[in-house]
Amino acid sequence: MINVKDLTKKERRQIPRQEMTERHPKQRAKYFDEVTLGYSLKEAQFEAARCIQCKDPTCIKGCPVSINIPGFLEMIVEDNLNDAIDKVWEATALPAVCGRVCPQEIQCEEVCIVGLKKGTEPVGIGNLEMFIADWARANNVKNSAEIPPSTGKKVAVVGSGPAGIAVAGDLAKKGHEVTIFEAFHKAGGVLLYGIPEFRLAKNVVAYEIEQLESLGVKIEYNSVVGRTIDVDELLEEMDYDAVFIGVGAGLPNFLGIPGEDLNGVFSANEYLTRANLMRAFEFPKYDTPIIPGKNVAVLGAGNVAMDSARTALRLGAKSVKIVYRRTRVESPSRHIELHHAEQEGVEFEFLTSPLEFIGSANGKLTGINCEKMKLGEPDEDGRRRPVPIKDSQFFIDCDLAIISIGTTANPLLTNVTDGLELNEWGNIKADPKTGKTTKNAVWAGGDITLGQATVILAMGTGRDAAKSIDEYLRRI
Amino acid sequence: MYKIIKKEKMAHDSIVLNEIEATQIAKKAKPGQFVILRVDETGERIPLTMANVDKEKGTITIIYMIVGKSTRSFSMLEVGDGYQDCVGPLGEPTKIKKKGNVVCVGGGTGTAVLHPITKGMYEAGNRVITILGARNKDYLIMEKEMRKVSDEVRICTDDGSKGRHGLVTEELKEILETQKIDEVVAIGPVPMMKFVSLLTKEFDVPTIVSLNPIMIDGTGMCGGCRVTIGGKTKFACVEGPEFDGHQVDYGSLIRRLDAYKHEEEHSNECMFAEGLR
Ligand SMILES: Cc1cc2nc3c(=O)[nH]c(=O)nc-3n(C[C@H](O)[C@H](O)[C@H](O)COP(=O)(O)OP(=O)(O)OC[C@H]3O[C@@H](n4cnc5c(N)ncnc54)[C@H](O)[C@@H]3O)c2cc1C
Ligand SMILES: Cc1cc2nc3c(=O)[nH]c(=O)nc-3n(C[C@H](O)[C@H](O)[C@H](O)COP(=O)(O)OP(=O)(O)OC[C@H]3O[C@@H](n4cnc5c(N)ncnc54)[C@H](O)[C@@H]3O)c2cc1C
Ligand code: SF4
Ligand code: SF4
Ligand code: FES
Repeated sequence: MINVKDLTKKERRQIPRQEMTERHPKQRAKYFDEVTLGYSLKEAQFEAARCIQCKDPTCIKGCPVSINIPGFLEMIVEDNLNDAIDKVWEATALPAVCGRVCPQEIQCEEVCIVGLKKGTEPVGIGNLEMFIADWARANNVKNSAEIPPSTGKKVAVVGSGPAGIAVAGDLAKKGHEVTIFEAFHKAGGVLLYGIPEFRLAKNVVAYEIEQLESLGVKIEYNSVVGRTIDVDELLEEMDYDAVFIGVGAGLPNFLGIPGEDLNGVFSANEYLTRANLMRAFEFPKYDTPIIPGKNVAVLGAGNVAMDSARTALRLGAKSVKIVYRRTRVESPSRHIELHHAEQEGVEFEFLTSPLEFIGSANGKLTGINCEKMKLGEPDEDGRRRPVPIKDSQFFIDCDLAIISIGTTANPLLTNVTDGLELNEWGNIKADPKTGKTTKNAVWAGGDITLGQATVILAMGTGRDAAKSIDEYLRRI
Repeated sequence: MYKIIKKEKMAHDSIVLNEIEATQIAKKAKPGQFVILRVDETGERIPLTMANVDKEKGTITIIYMIVGKSTRSFSMLEVGDGYQDCVGPLGEPTKIKKKGNVVCVGGGTGTAVLHPITKGMYEAGNRVITILGARNKDYLIMEKEMRKVSDEVRICTDDGSKGRHGLVTEELKEILETQKIDEVVAIGPVPMMKFVSLLTKEFDVPTIVSLNPIMIDGTGMCGGCRVTIGGKTKFACVEGPEFDGHQVDYGSLIRRLDAYKHEEEHSNECMFAEGLR
């Protein structure tokens, strides 16, 4: 058998990208198990060996949290997995999650030197990050970073999404006492209620939460800050020294076209929350129902739309169409998600815009009136603006429509918290380097400051805030 | 766990009262707000209004009608058991002001929801006339409690077994015809709220109703609870549940409440098939 360690540089360069084994598209589209099956150790070592250990590794610059990528890859090649995971943990709290859901192709892998050469694929950094994190989980390897004695300082973290998880983990490791206040009955934020099981198994998320708890982080569930308890109460009555707000984006956008209140028209948030958090796909074992559409239309073409479409397939839909005003090129979704959706049988109606939902006399959705579009002049952000084509109306037959056109900042907390300045979209204004808000002793990060972003960016803001909060706590 | 410290059954065991330990919620709760409860790990999130709050004891009281699987599972919890999850207080509190003459109309379990609001109206110095409607006298709830917080209580039953033989709207019409009323609060089945609103519109009397669309999170995240108010989409869990009765699209609400009829029936059947686990 070939030992990867013994390969010469030249031989290493000839290794093709190791594709990760995936379940068969037609099979997997019937159930919720994870699509990707992970690398074996050998596959991982071959893939890691493709990295040429650049002197000036561009990949690190492409990663929002600057993971030492060549460092941990070489440790994998050398079979030194314990050190490899420690190296990753130095920079990220959620490797098992980011390895699965990061848009690598526009971050670390986009700028990988190997991939920039014509005809070669970049190193599978995301896949390897998933590998090493899954290995650590399977072997119950714990973060070896030692926790210093308690500082006696208390921090409240609002929201348990990636931003909250990152801030809580980092501050606990510095010896501060951290409590997360979470509105839902479970922790994880979008990782739990948004991103479906088949893309991110919920036991992966649960494991990350256990890790946090093993660091001494407490989680108060069913606590809606702004209703159950206020930010000022946390600071003044409950003696928290600092508060971090990571409440996510929240409020789903609707199209504002007629018929949106028909039965069968969902926001993606509702549809995915029913399916993921409330496990409606196991109805009636779980009590929460969902409408299992036969013909489904998903409006929008981002990650959330892909997740909704693929969920609908798994719930038994006969046909699922993605309806999008622009074309494949403009789709904001990750390439791999669009590809997976297509493989599984999702159809695409590009250059199509919905005009009106049509329903039966008893209020059930029966279809959508649409019109065809063409791409016109570029708008401010350089994307070509879709314009309607005259007399091009047509009807899409469907009994379920899922609106997936983004979210805006949820005003629940910000409306009742004095001293927090917001921007014009209702997002909390925070220093981009430190996450400090305009309110004394309050920091914020994640989607509530960035708008709709990504897991790794949310986590990055959490880490930055943790640093700033730590400095503050040592000062006061 | 949120422990049940008191349980009562009423109206032929079709309506259940639970007093629950929930210190933090009790501390913050105001009239008109609700909680979302989940019985256990596989349970649905069910919104119920707080009919009473004891800030000193740190308890909240809910009163619910057994209508389907979840409320039936709730009804099987005894004193000492608890709900796995309870979150709140949710929704905007009732805007209680001194208006003058106020009529509070309650139908069915809506009376439970109406109680804290009526109490608030009464304590704010309004003259309160309460109209309670029920199928028959056995289904009438909270009459005693309502008398304590109203200047006058009138009863209507569908079969005439107590009070007026007829609908609450008939009683209300008489009052509107004979007295100057400054505000009406109507809480009960959707058709009742609809007809009360149609009537008060004729008399040009401002009317508050409390809507009960299907909810999940209760924090404005899912949009499932959207209702149409004056042609605009509103999320009942954060902007409501109370709205101007004259602006509500009741037809849309009634249709949306039936969205899962088929699944709910199935859920119920499964429960009975399992012998009411
Ligand atoms: C369906 C879907 C798919 C996605 N796919 C990807 C992907 O493939 N890759 C990627 O990088 N990103 C993806 N994203 C985006 C990514 O998930 C988010 O950017 C990220 O989760 C934001 O993290 P956050 O910590 O800011 O907030 P969230 O993850 O939104 O978490 C916020 C938490 O705060 C809680 N909360 C809210 N209000 C309150 C309150 N008042 N009090 C207490 N708690 C509160 C919420 O319940 C929630 O648990 C996806 C998003 C969705 C919806
Ligand atoms: C803000 C609010 C306050 C409420 N307060 C009270 C109260 O004080 N007392 C009371 O008896 N009832 C109240 N309700 C109604 C109560 O939530 C429903 O009766 C309950 O959810 C029924 O659940 P089930 O599983 O037992 O019945 P199911 O068989 O599931 O459904 C019966 C009917 O209840 C409605 N319903 C089902 N699921 C939900 C849900 N998740 N959210 C809301 N409605 C649903 C549907 O219209 C359905 O047709 C309130 C509802 C809301 C939104
Ligand atoms: S965290 Fe994301 S961007 Fe960074 S190395 Fe991992 S996959 Fe790449
Ligand atoms: S850019 Fe690519 S080849 Fe270079 S160090 Fe990073 S992963 Fe390795
Ligand atoms: S219940 Fe989800 S937005 Fe109101």
